Amino acid sequence: MKLMLSCKQASQIISQSLDNPLSWSDRMKLKFHLLMCDACTNFNRQLRLIKSSIRRMRHETENDTSVQLTVDAKARINQAINSNHL
Amino acid sequence: MSENLMNKNVNDWLNDHGDYLYRFALARLRDPHQAEDAVQETLLAAIKSNSFEGDSSARTWLTGILKHKIIDLQRKQIREQPLSDLIDLDASDTSMDDFFDKSGHWLDKPQTLDMPENALEQKQFLSILSGCIDKLPAKLAAIFMMRDVHEVENENICKELDITATNAWVMLYRARMGLRKCLEINWITS
Repeated sequence: MKLMLSCKQASQIISQSLDNPLSWSDRMKLKFHLLMCDACTNFNRQLRLIKSSIRRMRHETENDTSVQLTVDAKARINQAINSNHL
Repeated sequence: MSENLMNKNVNDWLNDHGDYLYRFALARLRDPHQAEDAVQETLLAAIKSNSFEGDSSARTWLTGILKHKIIDLQRKQIREQPLSDLIDLDASDTSMDDFFDKSGHWLDKPQTLDMPENALEQKQFLSILSGCIDKLPAKLAAIFMMRDVHEVENENICKELDITATNAWVMLYRARMGLRKCLEINWITS
C-alpha cells in the first residue's frame, strides 16, 4: 500500500468524500497528505464552501416569495390541465 | 372522485401550492421554463394518480411527485447530450490533466477562498458561483445539480442515469474541479 498520495489522488479522494464515507485507509492517507499540503487543504475547503453555498442558494430561492409563477405561466398550466381532461 | 371535484382540487392546488412548487423546482433546475414544466407535469400526474388521501398535506404529496419530475427532467437533460460528450471533455478545459503535472502536482495551487462576511459581497460571491455553474458543460452541470443541489444519493444517480459509479464520480469530480477553478478566477481576482 502506497502511503503517500499525490495531489491529484488527494483531490479525487476529497471529491469522493463529499458523496460517500471514505475507507479507513483513504481517510488516513488523506489526513496525512493534508497535514503537509496547503494547496490540497485549500482545495478541500473550496469544495466544502461550494457545497454549502449551493445549499444556501437553494434555500434562498425556495424561500424567496417574490419568485412566483407568472400569470401567463398559470394560464398555460391551467390550459394543459383542462385539455388533458377532455 | 367526480370530475368536478377533481377539477376544483387541481385549481386549488395550482393556486395554493403552484408558487411554492415553482420555487422548489427553480431552486433545483435553475431554468424558469423547466421549472414551469415540472410544476405542470406534477399537477397532471397528480390528477392521473388520483391517490391523494387527504391524510398528508396536499403540499407534501405534490412535492413528493415534483421531486421525481425534477429528476426526470435532469435525466433527460443528461441523456439528450451525446455520450461522446464525456470523451470530448478530455479536450476541454475541465479535463483533469489541465490541473496537474505528470507527477500529480497542482499546476496552479488552489488558493484560500472564504465566504465573505458582508452581505453584499456574499451576494456577489453567490452570483459568481451561479455564473460558473452556467459555464459548465450541460451534462456536468446537470449531474452536479442532481447531486449537490437536489441531493440525490450517488447510488440513485447511477440508477437513474444508468451509469457506473466510476462514471458518476468522474463527472462530479470534473464538475467540481471546473467550478472551483472558475470561482478562483472570477472571485479572487475581482
